[in-house]
Amino acid sequence: MKLKEIAEILSLKPLTPAEGPDLEREVSGAYVGDLLSDVMANSEDGNIWITLQTHVNIVAVATLKNLSAIVIVNGRMPESDTLDRAVSEDIPILLTGKSAFETAGKLYRILNARNLQG
Amino acid sequence: MKIDKTYEGSFHIVGGDFSRAGEASTELKTIMLSVGIEDEVVRRVAIATFEAEMNIIIYTPAGILRYSISPGEIRIIAEDMGPGIEDIELAMQKGYSTAPDWVREMGWGAGMGLPNMKKNAG
Amino acid sequence: MRLKEIVITNSRDSEAEIEWACATDLMSDVLYYSRGNSVLITGLAKQQAIRTSDIADIKVVVFTRGKEPDRQTIELSQKKKITLLITPYSMFTACGKLYEEGLRCCPE
Repeated sequence: MKLKEIAEILSLKPLTPAEGPDLEREVSGAYVGDLLSDVMANSEDGNIWITLQTHVNIVAVATLKNLSAIVIVNGRMPESDTLDRAVSEDIPILLTGKSAFETAGKLYRILNARNLQG
Repeated sequence: MKIDKTYEGSFHIVGGDFSRAGEASTELKTIMLSVGIEDEVVRRVAIATFEAEMNIIIYTPAGILRYSISPGEIRIIAEDMGPGIEDIELAMQKGYSTAPDWVREMGWGAGMGLPNMKKNAG
Repeated sequence: MRLKEIVITNSRDSEAEIEWACATDLMSDVLYYSRGNSVLITGLAKQQAIRTSDIADIKVVVFTRGKEPDRQTIELSQKKKITLLITPYSMFTACGKLYEEGLRCCPE
């Protein structure tokens, strides 16, 4: 399933510029977590990562784990260096005012309908 | 609040001691419940105090938490040995934090401490 | 909603009433967003999650990804009368299953 479709269904707001990381990439599943070591250890290639961490290190984790995107929840805004790094590392960052629970809940339903695992 | 006298006390907090983090706030919560403070007020005071306690543990060598529960008012004073907050306005923003990575891995330092204290204090 | 209707792993039975869910690994967010009768879903399988839940009046905590807490964490949960559950699922899947069951996050 394409990131773009998920962004539309969940009304996620892309924060990285349109000329930056594109939203055409495939999403393999999703991971929710705020502990970077946990995400490093357990997320999988192509996962969309739902978190409320905004620190610049989230981009490094997403890059190393080849994640498809970072979704920052609860209306939290990332710091400017996080955004700069996301553009240079080609990692889309999207925002939502919803909680991690609700975002995950809705995405689970969408991915399940497409037989994609969490 | 239906109390008729003032209860005062204090807790010493040692910086860096994560194993005991939250004990002081937990004890204060028990005290507030035992003197008959209503549940919702207890919850708010406990949350604000817990954040203050965590701030002392995460950022300072040591500090002290004083409480005074009197008719009409609960006052919590957190004093610590510094280093202090450089930019208070920035620190009040949700998500802003100067916490090192190891603190984040302990589940803290996500930049919600001061907003939380503000939300729950009068 | 009764806990036994939404239990996602084998656990001791509980009659705890759950109205809301809060899913996070960061404790200040639990304190900021949760309400008293919530379930906390977290990957932070440590004492801090129990301490935080106690302060926030949360009675049920779910540790994700099958993480076994240490003895102190279990003892603290018993002392504070907090029901501790372990699910083999990731936080994403646990949230998804509970959301399917109709559970919603705490209103701000």
